[in-house]
This record gives sequence, structure tokens and C-alpha cells, in this order.
Amino acid sequence: MSRQKLMENVYLTCIPSEKFKTGFLSAQMAAPLEQAAAGRNALLVNVLSRGTARRPDMAAISRELDLLYGARLEPAVRKKGENQLFGFTASCIDDRFLPQGEKLLEKLTDLLGEFFCSPATHGGRLLNEYVESERENLADLIRSDVNDKRAYAARRLLEEMCAGERYGVRRMGSAEDVERISQQQLNRHYRDILPQGRLELFYCGSAPEKRVAGAFTRAFAALPRQGALEPVATLRRPAREPVRVVTEEMDVGQGKLCMGFRTDSGDMPATMMMNTMFGGATTSRLFVNMREKMSLCYYAGSAYHRLKGLITVSSGIDFANYDRAVEEIFRQLEALRQGEWEEWELEGARQSLLSSLRSIEDSAGALEDYVMGQAASGGGETIPELIAAVLAVTPERIREAAAAVKPDTIYFLKGKEARA
Amino acid sequence: MRTTEYPRLGEKVFRTHLSNGLEVVTVSKPFHARSYAFFAARYGGMDLRFRLDGRWRDTPAGIAHFLEHKMFDMETENVMQSFARNGASDNAFTSNAVTAYYFTSTGNFYENLRTLLRFVSTPYFTPESVEKEQGIIAQEIRETEDDPDWRVYANLMECLYRDSPARIPVAGSVESIRQITSQVLYDCHKAFYTPSNMVLICVGNMDPERVVLEAEAILPGEGGPAIERDYGQEKNLTPAGREREQEMAVSMPMFLAGYKCPPPGDGEAMLRQSIIGDLACDALFGDSSPLYTRLYEQGAINSSLGGNFDMLPGVSYVYVGGDVKDPRRVFDEITRQARRLGQEGIDGDFYRQIRRAAYGGMLRSLNSFENIAVSMAEGYFRGFDYYRFPEVFDAVTKEDVEAFLRENIAPERAALSLIRPKEPAFS
Repeated sequence: MSRQKLMENVYLTCIPSEKFKTGFLSAQMAAPLEQAAAGRNALLVNVLSRGTARRPDMAAISRELDLLYGARLEPAVRKKGENQLFGFTASCIDDRFLPQGEKLLEKLTDLLGEFFCSPATHGGRLLNEYVESERENLADLIRSDVNDKRAYAARRLLEEMCAGERYGVRRMGSAEDVERISQQQLNRHYRDILPQGRLELFYCGSAPEKRVAGAFTRAFAALPRQGALEPVATLRRPAREPVRVVTEEMDVGQGKLCMGFRTDSGDMPATMMMNTMFGGATTSRLFVNMREKMSLCYYAGSAYHRLKGLITVSSGIDFANYDRAVEEIFRQLEALRQGEWEEWELEGARQSLLSSLRSIEDSAGALEDYVMGQAASGGGETIPELIAAVLAVTPERIREAAAAVKPDTIYFLKGKEARA
Repeated sequence: MRTTEYPRLGEKVFRTHLSNGLEVVTVSKPFHARSYAFFAARYGGMDLRFRLDGRWRDTPAGIAHFLEHKMFDMETENVMQSFARNGASDNAFTSNAVTAYYFTSTGNFYENLRTLLRFVSTPYFTPESVEKEQGIIAQEIRETEDDPDWRVYANLMECLYRDSPARIPVAGSVESIRQITSQVLYDCHKAFYTPSNMVLICVGNMDPERVVLEAEAILPGEGGPAIERDYGQEKNLTPAGREREQEMAVSMPMFLAGYKCPPPGDGEAMLRQSIIGDLACDALFGDSSPLYTRLYEQGAINSSLGGNFDMLPGVSYVYVGGDVKDPRRVFDEITRQARRLGQEGIDGDFYRQIRRAAYGGMLRSLNSFENIAVSMAEGYFRGFDYYRFPEVFDAVTKEDVEAFLRENIAPERAALSLIRPKEPAFS
């Protein structure tokens, strides 16, 4: 893996690999996550993807991608810690599997550069019809998260728990904010963000680094560079006291329980282990006890948001089992604080973490996501460093990590009166 | 052991057919860190009626999926712990036609493989554990009932089919799984989890000979008889119903349209049919099709619109749907465009364009060990070698795709499933 500076505030990470049928590219801008900007950035990439000066509409872009053997070039908007990454990911069939002499990398990189640097415009402005249409689509997409009740509940928990913090801002902003963005505002935003945003470029595939650097340099030659909007460090807050409970009703048959915890522990590897034992695997305490022993649910698990220092628990339960489920979740956390586990649980969690860390290199998409997370959080450990850190975690450190985990907010989505 | 090289795909595959009837396939991936094993039975949600010991048996809906859940129980071993100790991440799924168990790990491959072979071949059920699982699966079913993507699909299948078990959800219903007993589970395990009805597929950096030895050592020496199955008599290609509508807590209307197609063939004909069907979908409503582009630019659809051609035991259909403001209009546009393409033909340049993209897409899917295993298993059960897709692809013509559209995407073959927002979604 190599990382180099291509231009002012533009960095390229290259990972050589012959494992994949495709080459994977990415170009992401990183900026602090802010309520007002989140929707604008999300809308911007969607509008930019509609057409470029050379390929002015959807039909022209689709045709180009089809002719590059079904290449993909898609908007991507992510939340990494308290920063937002927005841009495009792209991939195309590796030269080895193409008719002799066909080369796709340069063509795809060119199109990627055009998305950023030379969008379709009229009188120097982004096309109003694209702004209007993508504004509506994006607002619809943001609202459609209610369709997936599991994801909806998880999102609502974060919104309630981290209200007033950057982390509480939704990945693509709010539908209401998006609907208020005018063509003029988006134009201004494009002219502001383009020169300032840190641009992270990524490639994983069989092409040599020199060729990749050359292709990106050419494709982004027109990128204006002035000023530097740097990603921010993620802030941690102490857990709320007393714990806040938020209940909402919807027309559903199954309740969704989400619990949010905060940790001030700086021992990230031990917290990763602790979370895996708590609810991060099918052998975890939450899964085994809530599902296998108590038959309370089909799924119960936890996630560690390591950049922010949160642990969130999620489960689907009958409305009437709320108290039993909450009690059981606290009981299992307490058991970990007391060091009440069997030896295989700890080693199993370690093996499971090691296996997922080692598997990252088998997926270009997973590698890209890891690299972009590092870029947005200002460094952090490499995968081999993280593997070594997980190997060194002791039982004592896991107990301490569990002790540092404090409940903050409980969110429960339940059915309406008539059906409960 | 047979070794086959696929130069167009850059793949190498080792195959052995054991004397007990098990097919063992190893797909070599020498540069990957992880290894993957996939052990599957030709037994899915649609296998409800079959002949065992000379007698026709009817089993409760959801039985294959229930059995999948219960296989992880062993009398003398905790399967999940065994996998956890060896760093494996394991799981299973049940589809309409297949039940599969798999794990992925970056070390201890053979130990994990032995665990996989052992637990899938060892039935152990008790009335208590069956009862407990009924609670868990009831919650799984409840979750799907709140999932509009699932509901819109389940309602469509009920509309399309009259006799085929394709109309019955793979997991069954809260009511149907109550009829499941440990004895039924033993019977179904005996009938379907026999080596001759199964395939073992390993993908990664492993020794194919060793895989064969492990399978021979753990699995029964003899396979069972071929199983006769009854998938109902879906008499004609007219849907059972035209339309189903349901109200749910969703943000905007959702639709899924289905077009009934003839029963799939066997062998390489099936692979060919699948490629033709997929190309027909690309030509009709794919992201780069004229219809998609026009409707998107008019604001009638968004990027959620999509669909495909699907083949199940005894039946096949095209589905297309998404979140749109006016589902009926989009549905009409699709049916009309199919008629136009069937009559006037597909533009030659456009056909070459989507053909190239579709081939790239199939090649791309080989990045995923999971896709490789699922496609290989389906191919094996249906009598074709999935890795021959480049050759089969070469032989498909524009006329084949046009004929598919002309014959299948017609109003008299269509059914429409709709989900309407329930107002208000929130209280």
C-alpha cells in the first residue's frame, strides 16, 4: 500500500492486487459533518452524476459505462466519525479479462474527474432540471428510511442520543433541509467546496502505481485548489444521567428496541473485544441469551462506533417483552464488567475479530472503506497494527472497557395502541 | 479428480464425485486470505410434497427453513462455539430451492470444514428445542411482515401463482410452523440431507485432495435414493390474480410487477434461458435503457426502479418494481415498451452496448466467493457448469432476446402488487 500527495490537499492511496476481476477506484471529499452542509454535499454528488460537459445526460453516461464492459460509477455519501465523505466509487473489469489491448482505467478515471471538475452546465451554472429532479429524489430517498424499521430505529436512536452533536446529523442530511436547497445555493456550494475540500483518491487493482497516478493527475488537472477544509477530530461526551427513554409508535407488528451507550475508554482494541463478546457475533452474550435461551427475538446485536466511542444495541421484540429485553441487555453488560465469561468466549471473540480484519484485504470495497476511514479520522492504525493490538488484549482490559460503557439513551419503536 | 481451467475467467476448478453421490468442488483462489466452504442440499421452501419410502408426504410450509435453524443443535457439541474457537464466521440460508450452510475463516480451515460436515450430517431434535425455535422464527416472520420490500414480493407471488408452492413464503407462517414436530424434521433430514442430494463447494486457498478426504471420512458411505418432488401443476401462464394492494407504514407508494414465463429447462438450456432473460430485462428497463432514462428524466421513477428474471423449480418470471409516485403508469409504460421492442426490435448498437455490460457484470460477480458458490451449486443441481457462461453468452442473439420479450412481457401474463402509504405513518 502506498500513499502520495498528487496536488495540494489531494492524496492518492494505491493498493496493488491481482486477486480481483475488477479494478476499484474512489474519489472522496472529506469535510466536517454539519446539518446544513450534509444535505448540500449529498445533493451535489447526485447532481454531478447526472451529466458532464462531454457526456451531458444519463443516456450518454450509461452508454459510456456500458461500453466500458459494465463499469460502475456511483455517488457515495458516508459518515466517518464526525466527518462526511462524499464523492464517487467506481470499478471496471481488469485489463487481463478484456480483448487484447483494451484499457479501461484511463477512460473511467477521466469520467470520474469530469464528474468533479466539468459538470454539465448552462451559463456557468449546474442545470436547474438536474438540481430539481435530484432534490426530489434525494428527499424521497431520505424519507424512505422509514420503510426499513430496523435501520430506521437505529437512526432515530443516534438522532436522539447525539442531538446537538455532529454525530447526530444524518448521513445525507434531512429531507426538509434538502428540499430547501435552491439551484443558486447549490452552485455557490459547488464553487466553495470544490477548491477547499480535501480530496482522497483510491485505487486497488493490477495496474502499476505510476499508471494510476498518471491517470488521476490527468483526470483532475482542472481541479481548482485554494484554501483547505480539514476533517475535524471527533468529540466525545459523557453519558446522560439519568438515562433517557424515547418511545415512538408506528403501524408495525414487531417492536424495535435500540439502546445507546457511551464509553470514555481510550482502549479501543479492548472495547472492540468487549463489544464482540457483548453483541458483535452469533456467539455473543446478547445473541445467545436473548435469542437462543430466552427465545425473545430473531436478532439481537451490538455495534461499536469506534471513532465516536459509542456502542449501540439493536433487537426486534414483541412489544410486551420490552422490560425483559432491557433488563437482559443490562444484565449481560454487567456480567462482562464482572468478568463473568468462559474462556472460549474471549478467544472466540478474538479469533472472530482477527478473521474479519484479515479478510479486509480480500475485498477492494472493504479496503477502500478502511482507508477512507483513516483519512477522515486523521490517521489511526493500519490493519496490521490493529491485528497486533487485538492479539495483545487481556481479560483485565476487557473488564475495564466494559466498566467504561455507560447507558445514555433507549429508543423503542412500538405498535399503535390498537395492535399492541 | 477432474481439473478444469477456465482461461476466459482466470479460474481453476477441481471436481470429484464421491461414491456416496456427493459432488465436491474446489475453486482455487491462491492469493486470498480467507477460505470459504459452502455445503448445500437441493431442498428449499418449495419442497413441501415429496415421496419418501414409497409414500407421498405433505409437510408444513416453512419446514426446510425450520430444519436449517435446528441443524445447528447437536447433542454433544456446541456448533457455534466450535466455529468461534477457530475464528470462523458461519451462517446458513434457505431459498426456494436450496438450503445452504457455510463459513468463512482465515485459518483452521480443515477444522472448520469438519465442524461444517459434522453438524449438517447429524440430526438432533427434541420437542423442547423445536418449541423454542418456534418462538424465534415467529419473530423472524413478524419482522418480514413489517418489511414492505418483502410484503410486496410475497403478495406478487400469491397473485402470479395458483398451484405452485412459489406462492408460499420460504419461512412459512406463524401458524404453519406450529405444526412442525421433531419427527417431521428427522424425516425431512433423512430424505434430503443425503450426500447424493448435496454439493460441497470450497473457495479459497486449500488442498482439493484434502477436502475430498475430509468429506469421505465424515459423511455416510452411501447416498439415499433420488427424491421425487411435487411442485404442483401450474396449468397455464395466466396469473391467478391481477392485482394485490396493501397499506403499510411507508414513505411513498411501492410496486412490484411480475410477468409469468414458461417453466425453466434443465442443463445448459437453463443457463442460456437465464442469460436471455437478464438481457431482456436490461433492454426493457435496465439503467441505460431508453425507457428508464426517459421515465427518470420525467420524474416518474428514481434509481430504486429495478428488476430481473428469476427461475424457481417449475416456474419462472420477470419482476420489476420500485418506489414511485404513480405505480400504474410505470407498469403500463413497461408493458407497452416490451410490446414495442418485441415488434420493432432492439436497436443494434444498444444491444451490443448492454450485452457488453452484462458480460462485464457476470465476470464482476466472481469477485464474491458467495456468488461463486451459489451459482456453482445451482448449476450442479440443475445440470450445468456455471463457469461455462462465457461460451453460452456468445451464442445468445438479439433475436433470442426480442423473442423473450415478445412472448413473455405481455398484459395477459402480468400481475401487479402495490403497497400504499398508510396515513399518517407516525402518530
